[in-house]
Amino acid sequence: MSRVTSAAESPRPAGDEPLLKLAGISKSFREVEVLRDVVLECPPGEVHAIVGENGAGKSTLVKVVAGAHQPDRGTMTLDGRAVSFHHPRQAQAAGVSIIYQEFNLLTDRTVAQNIFLGREPTRGPLIDRRRLEEDTVALLEQLNVSGSISPRAKISDLSVAQQQIVEIAKALSFDAQILIMDEPTASLAPPEVEALFEIVRQLRERGMLIFYVSHRLKEIFALADRVTVLKDGDQVATTDIGSLTPDSIVRLMVGRELSDYFPELAAPDDIGEVRLRVRGGSNQHISDIDLELRAGEIVGLAGLEGSGRTEVAEAIFGVEPFETGTIELDGEQVSIRRPRQAVDHRIGFVTEDRKTQGLVLPRSVLENTLLPLRTLSGHDRREREAVHEVAEGSTLTMQLAERVDLRAASLDQEVRFLSGGNQQKVVFAKWLASDAWVLLFDEPTRGIDVGAKAGIHDLMRGLAKRGAAVLMVSSELPEVIGMSDRIVVMSHGRIAGELEAGASEADIMLLATGQSNGDGPDVRHPAEEVAAAKTAQEDQAAETAEATADSELSEVTSNPHDDQMGHDPGEVSG
Amino acid sequence: MSSPPQERTANPARSLLAKFDLTDMQSGVWLVLLAVMAVGWILAGPNFVGGGNLTNIAVRAVPLGIVAMGQTLVILGGSLDLSVAYLISVVAVLSAFVMDGDPANIPLAIAVGLAVGVGVGLVNGLLVTKGRANPLIATLGTGLVMKGLLSSRFAAQTGSAPREFQLLGYGRVWGFMPLSILLLLAVFAIAWWLTRGTRFGSHLYAVGGSKEIARLSGVRDDRVIIGAHVWCSLTAAMTGLFLVARLGAGAPWIGPDGIYDLESIAAVVVGGTALLGGRGGVPGTLAGALLLAVLDNMFNALQVDGFLKSVLRGVIIIAAVASYALRSKRKDVDIA
Repeated sequence: MSRVTSAAESPRPAGDEPLLKLAGISKSFREVEVLRDVVLECPPGEVHAIVGENGAGKSTLVKVVAGAHQPDRGTMTLDGRAVSFHHPRQAQAAGVSIIYQEFNLLTDRTVAQNIFLGREPTRGPLIDRRRLEEDTVALLEQLNVSGSISPRAKISDLSVAQQQIVEIAKALSFDAQILIMDEPTASLAPPEVEALFEIVRQLRERGMLIFYVSHRLKEIFALADRVTVLKDGDQVATTDIGSLTPDSIVRLMVGRELSDYFPELAAPDDIGEVRLRVRGGSNQHISDIDLELRAGEIVGLAGLEGSGRTEVAEAIFGVEPFETGTIELDGEQVSIRRPRQAVDHRIGFVTEDRKTQGLVLPRSVLENTLLPLRTLSGHDRREREAVHEVAEGSTLTMQLAERVDLRAASLDQEVRFLSGGNQQKVVFAKWLASDAWVLLFDEPTRGIDVGAKAGIHDLMRGLAKRGAAVLMVSSELPEVIGMSDRIVVMSHGRIAGELEAGASEADIMLLATGQSNGDGPDVRHPAEEVAAAKTAQEDQAAETAEATADSELSEVTSNPHDDQMGHDPGEVSG
Repeated sequence: MSSPPQERTANPARSLLAKFDLTDMQSGVWLVLLAVMAVGWILAGPNFVGGGNLTNIAVRAVPLGIVAMGQTLVILGGSLDLSVAYLISVVAVLSAFVMDGDPANIPLAIAVGLAVGVGVGLVNGLLVTKGRANPLIATLGTGLVMKGLLSSRFAAQTGSAPREFQLLGYGRVWGFMPLSILLLLAVFAIAWWLTRGTRFGSHLYAVGGSKEIARLSGVRDDRVIIGAHVWCSLTAAMTGLFLVARLGAGAPWIGPDGIYDLESIAAVVVGGTALLGGRGGVPGTLAGALLLAVLDNMFNALQVDGFLKSVLRGVIIIAAVASYALRSKRKDVDIA
């Protein structure tokens, strides 16, 4: 603790000898350069925000500092000494701690056991329990939380915010001089965010250097002293927060004027008969769902996280089927109690999490693509293979790979080696192979980089053009607005309303928050409600929201950038 | 510290109560044990829960209980040991051979037995960690190697245990307490101390919970796993020695015939330890081993047919484990 306390006694003014110096840090993964010549000098007692789109290199940069990645070129100087970390443990010992979005805590163990894991105080052969707990309480006291977090509490009994504090306490126990926080507020409620800010400010007072990776501009303006903006691995700016506005940050991140790159919406003539009709569908998550999907159209399903969007798709696909209500396909009533029945009825479901629900990662492109087709019974399978006029699976897969513009080394390549965008294309191909006519997409572009997103969007539109009925669940409003021929908005497990193509984000949010139903007088200004709703939305969509920076429709609001970043400067001051 | 107690603070009274929460598998198995004994009382009469029979049951649980104390630690660390059954036979045969009826050879025989245990444990641990072999396959392999050695050298009962050594199996202290039960309790106490009191135990839970987190925290995960395997093989060696004391000789079939590999895993899992590691503990395993012994004893008292007995045991094991899984699932839902 010596270093920290000495820093606290004589807080060094900013501009003093830098604590951390990076010079020419570059890093490539499989010949793709993800970080180019990053140069940084950070004094102690600074909160340094790192912003950029998905894939801009933020995580790589902080992981290099934390020793989880080794730079290909460049040097790192810590407290005047050149360092090179080969393992996070070395960085930890040198005073660099990192808190990932996914906490590194053992949920079945106590707070004290987690903080001092691997460094338990002992007396003889036994763990010195009293000292273990006293040391833990001392750390928690430094963070002013010793009253609310017991050293004996099990991690799984703590809230996410408390778990984060335990992570911070663990970092402190290593005498950290540099603390890196990766999207620390992603799953925190607003008061918890404020409490976290207090702690971060307090750590800054004590002379710690804090790297704060976040896409939430409001937080960055509230907390950071300086900002580094990364774009495609390039350091486009490192500057005082005062010289920037949310607008200018977004412009730096995106680095080009935003333009509408969504494919064109369906023309009225493209839209055909009703393919799928749900009437009065209810189960334990959702109630009274009335929904129609027509051939040739893309219906966007919007709503806040937890409003039942995904559950609607899962109910249609039979994952958690409707308990009451009816489903009609092409005018005929059908029963879908299991995913298998949905596959038989030519319904395809592109799930939210392709890695656990969409693909068998260690199997090949070929195996994955043919999986649903092969589950079909003999007759159906032959019939559908005939549709493709091929008997050989590989020929079929080849065609499909071409249709979805898949970039794989070969069809035998295991899908875990593909990029996110290409993995998603395999999921698409798999449903194309089974000839699905009703396609349910849940967050189709989550975690996919910007360039590949456009490709996925084109594919979806192409499927609709060929006559498929498409339902797209998305938490990215720009995507919903840009892609949908019709927008259905959910709220609290019910359909709150339906909007025409081109509706504004405000319209959607009003429905999603239940404001336009007019249930009782509302004292809050609607705009405030929208802002609050967006914050809530963002909490869940943290991972994706940062990637949406250029998926905005410019006509939606006067200032498109603020919307997907969630906060405009007025909000900060107001 | 003087701030008002808040909800999140662990309240000692509440946590004690929580320890007897049915959803906690560790205590759940003790309740199941009581329930099964109540059933035995009803079906087999009051003698079933009399002191004599209870002692019988406990003695019956000793060999399995000892090796299950080892298996628990291995499983807590996220590994598994299938070699214990053949190791028990090897130790039994070797120690009986060394003793050869002469009390003077007892210390040497015990030393040889335990040394073999340490050796096999080291091999298992090294294969699983440094050799990166799947524990299931690695320990199955060492078990098969030992099986081969046994059948090439020993076909029948070997050696004999002197009367003094057989005291371990049949002796009593204070006139009523079988020495064998004390042996089991001693092994239990050591296992409990290892898991709850030492850094080794703390690291074992951590490695079983998440090897990556443990490693990033500076835990030398390989050493922890090797240690658990050595302890497990030591307990198997002790079971082998105990069986020699019981049988008066070593036989190559006593390990596999007792199905100590699978039964020890069953006792651990019935005792509420997660098969994937990181959660559970030896008290549950003790109850699990006792439960299996109670069932055996009850079936014998009721003269249940041997095949049916096996089926019933299987059903009860599955029911116990499934009920834990369902309960903990419901608990998750409640929390969410």
